[in-house]
Amino acid sequence: MGTLVYDLAHARSGDKGNTSNVAVIAYDESAWRVLRRELTAERVRQAYAHLGAGPVERYEIESLRALNFVIPDVLAGGVTRSLRLDPHGKALSSLILGIELPVPHPQS
Amino acid sequence: MKDPRARLRVGVGAGMADDRLGPAVALLEACELDYLVCECLAERTIARETLARQHDDKLGFNPMLAERMRSFLPLCRAKGVRLVSNMGAANPTGAAQAALEIGRSLGWRDLKCAAIVGDDVADRLRTHPELQLRERKLPLEEILPRLASANAYLGADTVRDALATGAHVVLSGRVADPSLFLGVAMHHHGWDYDDLPRMAAGTIMGHLLECSAQVTGGYFADPGKKDVPRLAELPYPYADLYGDGELHIAKPDGSGGRLDRMTCTEQALYEIHDPRAYITPDCVLSLEGLSFEELTPDRVAVRGANARARTDTYKVVVGYADGWIGAGEVAYAGPNAVARAQLAARTVQERFRLDGGAASEFQVDLIGMSSLHGEHPQALSSAPYEVRLRIAARCPDRKSAHLLGDHVRQLNMQGPYGAGGPVNLGAKEVIAVDSVLIPKSWVTPQVITVGA
Repeated sequence: MGTLVYDLAHARSGDKGNTSNVAVIAYDESAWRVLRRELTAERVRQAYAHLGAGPVERYEIESLRALNFVIPDVLAGGVTRSLRLDPHGKALSSLILGIELPVPHPQS
Repeated sequence: MKDPRARLRVGVGAGMADDRLGPAVALLEACELDYLVCECLAERTIARETLARQHDDKLGFNPMLAERMRSFLPLCRAKGVRLVSNMGAANPTGAAQAALEIGRSLGWRDLKCAAIVGDDVADRLRTHPELQLRERKLPLEEILPRLASANAYLGADTVRDALATGAHVVLSGRVADPSLFLGVAMHHHGWDYDDLPRMAAGTIMGHLLECSAQVTGGYFADPGKKDVPRLAELPYPYADLYGDGELHIAKPDGSGGRLDRMTCTEQALYEIHDPRAYITPDCVLSLEGLSFEELTPDRVAVRGANARARTDTYKVVVGYADGWIGAGEVAYAGPNAVARAQLAARTVQERFRLDGGAASEFQVDLIGMSSLHGEHPQALSSAPYEVRLRIAARCPDRKSAHLLGDHVRQLNMQGPYGAGGPVNLGAKEVIAVDSVLIPKSWVTPQVITVGA
């Protein structure tokens, strides 16, 4: 069994136009090491691909033990045009927390 | 040299157009504020308010302005708190006049209000069809015939200048959210744009406060994992910003909600792209090196933000008419519920076309399965016991948009069996937004005062 991002980090999503940003914040130093190594831009792009995600930018903020993912084209035209139920993508942070990383669970 | 230990205390009065009043009143009553800042302007609000003003010249500002003024002004007067807000929306002068009249009716005879104007650059943009829309990557020309509004994100200098008039209440249109707060600090501490460490401190203060309770436990709770004490009593935050740039974010002593490293970190990265280059009209902020220290359960110290000099352009939000959206919902439960919802979706779309409805795009959501995360593998792996179907369509006119929902509503008699709670969610006029960059020299902000 792998480890869910949910067990390592908390997250918040925000919107600008048709782009969502999802910040992933590690709970502690060991979680940060795993996230930094395993939660790649490509892994995140794959998780959001079915929503239309383009190339994902990934930023590290070491002092906050946080990764910031900028995911373009994932909001169906953006908050003002989108036909979706959640035009802001407020619910898109929980999608990243559901990603399973190929590392043993810390408690197991 | 200004006093490095002089303290500025800024409270938050709102983080969105229809935010709660109670927590703002609680700050005014108990927290010895110097200023109260209300951020009330989402991206497309100005476009809607511009249309409202075209229908009635006395409208065009925040619909809750009167209610807020009646709640806040008596406390502001009694405690010497000055009020700053972008509630002016598409009519800052009208808003200042309305605030003045309400203040006078409450007995505040020497009240002075200031309006910040000049953010409306629609006329200027009409002469520059060659500008590029940054989101849709089209020339502005494509949407000019449908342009509803164009407003530049003005900077903190406009708020500073408005406060310098001595006004008790400052109402703006489009001013960048963090600039509302930085402008207060520039006025209070006498800071200028060449003092980049102070620009960073005032901008990160504004960024952390601009969404009100999102830094004090809002947009955060996950029961059993990330608990927020007394969520129902969520307070608004305030900040203490000293002359030397030291910054604390706080909430009332012993209040509900939660303020700590976790809530501050989530809000620090909210709506940020490159954390080394958060561009405001006042500076280019970097969060690299940012850190939070929990001083008490109600107070966090913020350190490590830094800034580079401001750019020579303003970002302009343009709003334009973009057709109509129609939508309807209906629910199914029990055996084969998902298949019945899918049959209903196909039937509605076909009937809509047979009746002459026009749509360029449909969205079919199964609420309980695929409405938030789309067709996620886990959502499709098992059938939910019940599901609510939502159908939305992009339509060129109101009639078609309304027709779609009508067909959903009629499903209880004319669709698959067991259609629960069918509703027509109605037709919504779409004001889409995009942005362009323009030279700062094209914009001439001004301050207009009324009263006293």
